[in-house]
Amino acid sequence: MNHQPTLKSSKARTAAQSHFRTLRLGTPFQPHIDALAKTQDWYNWAGYRAPHSLWDEELEYFAIRSQAALFDISPMTKYRIEGPDAEAFLDRVTLRDVTKLKPGRVHYTAWCDDEGFVLDDGTLFRLSPTRFRLCSQERHLPWLLDSAIGFNVVIEEETETVAGLALQGPTSFAVLRDAGFAGVEKLKVFDLAEFPHDGGTVTISRTGFTGDLGYELFVPAEKALSLWDRLMTSGELRGIRAIGYTALNRARLEAGLIVANADFTTAEHAIRADRLRMPDEIGLGFMVDLEKGHFNGRRAILGARAKRKLRYVLVGLEIEGNIPAEHAIVYHKKHQEVGLVSAAMWSPMAKRNIAIASLARPYGDTMVEDLWVEIYTMRELQYQKLMKRAKVVARPFIKLDRRTANPPADF
Amino acid sequence: MTSFDAIVIGGGHNGLVAAATLAKAGRKVLVLEAASEVGGAARTKDFAPGFRVSSIAHVLTRLHPDVVKTLELEKHGLQIARGDFMPSVALSKDGPPLVLHGAYGEVLTGSTPSEQSVWKELRAQLMRYAGILKPFLSRRPPDLAGMSLAETAALGQTALALKKLGKEDMRDFLRVLLMNVADLLDEQLADIRLKGLLAFDATLGSHLGPRSPTSLLGLYYRLAGETGGAAGAQMLPKGGMGAVVAAIRAAGEKAGVTIRTAAPVAKIIVEKGRAVGVALDSGEVLRARTIVSAINPAATMLDLVGPREIDTGFIRKVKNIRMKGDAAKLHLALDRPPQFSGVDAAGHKGRLVIAPSPDHVERAFNPSKYGEFSPEPVMEITLPSLSDPSLAPSGACVLSAVVQYAPYALKEGWDAGKPKFLKAIMAQLESYAPGIGNSVLHAELLTPADIEANYRMPGGHWHHGELQADQMLMSRPVSGWSGYNTPIDGLFLAGAGSHPGGGVSGAPGLNAARRIIAMKG
Repeated sequence: MNHQPTLKSSKARTAAQSHFRTLRLGTPFQPHIDALAKTQDWYNWAGYRAPHSLWDEELEYFAIRSQAALFDISPMTKYRIEGPDAEAFLDRVTLRDVTKLKPGRVHYTAWCDDEGFVLDDGTLFRLSPTRFRLCSQERHLPWLLDSAIGFNVVIEEETETVAGLALQGPTSFAVLRDAGFAGVEKLKVFDLAEFPHDGGTVTISRTGFTGDLGYELFVPAEKALSLWDRLMTSGELRGIRAIGYTALNRARLEAGLIVANADFTTAEHAIRADRLRMPDEIGLGFMVDLEKGHFNGRRAILGARAKRKLRYVLVGLEIEGNIPAEHAIVYHKKHQEVGLVSAAMWSPMAKRNIAIASLARPYGDTMVEDLWVEIYTMRELQYQKLMKRAKVVARPFIKLDRRTANPPADF
Repeated sequence: MTSFDAIVIGGGHNGLVAAATLAKAGRKVLVLEAASEVGGAARTKDFAPGFRVSSIAHVLTRLHPDVVKTLELEKHGLQIARGDFMPSVALSKDGPPLVLHGAYGEVLTGSTPSEQSVWKELRAQLMRYAGILKPFLSRRPPDLAGMSLAETAALGQTALALKKLGKEDMRDFLRVLLMNVADLLDEQLADIRLKGLLAFDATLGSHLGPRSPTSLLGLYYRLAGETGGAAGAQMLPKGGMGAVVAAIRAAGEKAGVTIRTAAPVAKIIVEKGRAVGVALDSGEVLRARTIVSAINPAATMLDLVGPREIDTGFIRKVKNIRMKGDAAKLHLALDRPPQFSGVDAAGHKGRLVIAPSPDHVERAFNPSKYGEFSPEPVMEITLPSLSDPSLAPSGACVLSAVVQYAPYALKEGWDAGKPKFLKAIMAQLESYAPGIGNSVLHAELLTPADIEANYRMPGGHWHHGELQADQMLMSRPVSGWSGYNTPIDGLFLAGAGSHPGGGVSGAPGLNAARRIIAMKG
């Protein structure tokens, strides 16, 4: 017989099998987040232990839309890019014209390899004329360093040393104001400024991933917990709640924003040749600035446009019914496969069944009629196959005036 | 001001061939040469009062027949006659040398009858296999991304040539293609002098020893060259290598090429992804529809164009081109002709090789891997003034030698290492030609560091990039861009750093010019 002679406590058992543990880093906010994590629903974000949800993913979503939601963005990859050539360097690496990005401003951008395939998208913060912060999904240090050959610029990864928080929702401005960040009302969308905090400074930008009124705050890691406390205290009466990624992911979908390696596969991750995407193929063609100087992928993008070699298009879909079409196949005339839904939900704000999908051109581009999605829905242990009509619609799916209102509204 | 259709940067032989070919196709061409005279590493230079020598390249082995024909070089003073073919002499300290006569050993003397018959077979096989590769020399490498019908047909011809070898031969060709030369020689030959000579020729000019994988390719590259229609033949051009360049230059000028010397280019001007002109060191700006760079590919892209105009992935590839030279050049002004032991008068006019065995070559190579020069170097020696008395004062003699191995990045630095290396070379020479040391009036040793500084060849590498399997054909100068055009529209590469590679062949220059014409550049 092979049974255990003595029953060990479950803790001891776990300890005896420590090789099964997945080691994930905690962020500087981890003690506070762990204390709030009722659901214990973790995922791996760039090597960090990040919550899918903390207490209730539905209510966490509504915290974004009706209160103020606090989301830890520390695992986001961050690079400090500084030097006399920082602007020229970033202008060469990224798609948009960095010379038009003024100090104290932020823009959403993307960057490509030689073949014009998107390596990642992210936000670029211009902290001063010569200092930038580039935030992204994936890590890119070797690429950035090799791109820096011939430029007088210093590039340093600061993912670990800089902690980040997103504070999003209608009361977010009031929370910051009440926390004593004097002058924060002056920030317009995509503005950033520095504010004193705990003997140091915090960089606050009016940015976010929710399509709502919101801010992002960056502090040195050692000031992270005091910043959290400061916001939680001032936000107590304004419904501030910590949230996980599931809630944020819904908000971003309503805002029509895409996520690298969810809505498209980044060039260095793609194994299959037809998974690579050019900016025009994932809705980022607007970033490509052919008037500025040379940038990585320019030649290839120009060539693909001229030779009409763009094969895909990323679109917003509105789907009849109320069943989310998560990862559903998109059909033309109900039988020809033309694409795939990468994100979908019933939007409580838009009151519509929305989705983001990648379609093979010309579908979604010039041919937008007669598109269908095939949704499998489980109903009492039986799949029901629904063929639902899909309409190509503009993104964002929701547009909230409070996001851009100046001064920001006090709720 | 005259305007030009094309500006060629670099008046080395490839630049001149490209310029002349373009001019013959009706373009107005300007050649800009940084030095005070054209020719690059194929010049005849004074190195001591009354003594002249082919400065870097000294033996003509592969001037491409298409270049000779296209530019009608024989009309412009180039003389190639079968009588000029020189033998290769494998020197021996003890006993008579072994000699390959005619075009790379049509006749072998100095060895046993059995070795002679084995050599005959091996030579025929080497020539057959090199012949398969030969057609690649005069075309742009196969473009994996998309080939024209003509290019696909040309590749089909190669497949057909392979098939024509017959089943056994084709299998053997594929078997040996990437072998090291020492193993192949051991399979077939017995005489270590002959094996030493072939091992030397296979590794000449590269950072490889005979036992390094793929070293056989170097021998194929050598034998894919031809002179006067004879594969493997070699000669010393009358008047030195500068005379070959003079003929190319004359052909170019006849076709209307303008040449400006002492005009170093500081920058290639790029506007909206297109090369539109050059700026000289002097600040002068010259514009043209097509810019052809016949200098080093890395220097072209990193220094003249600059990384800001090029994609990061391409920069990575260019920076990874291996181009650290491992060969030095020795010039001696001697007060009398040297006497190499056991070598007759005809032999002294030949190519004298000190490489007594493959093991010796391998041992000479070993220290270079670790940044040290060979204590007992191997070398290829010519005495050009014996057949061309104009190169030296009467009764005196010029010695010109390529000496290996001399790593570019010498650990102790070449300032300290050069006198020591010269001493090692002279000791080696003394043991094969006793008394030579006493006849030296002047010695000039060009290390890779000197070659880099004096000839604008980064790394002092005469191929402008190691000529090894991973840097050949569609990977030369970098993968994806082997067709002479570059990511910069209107900018072309035409130097030895491009396919097929170095040696005085003119093939990169000719292929580049053909490509430019085909692209209507």
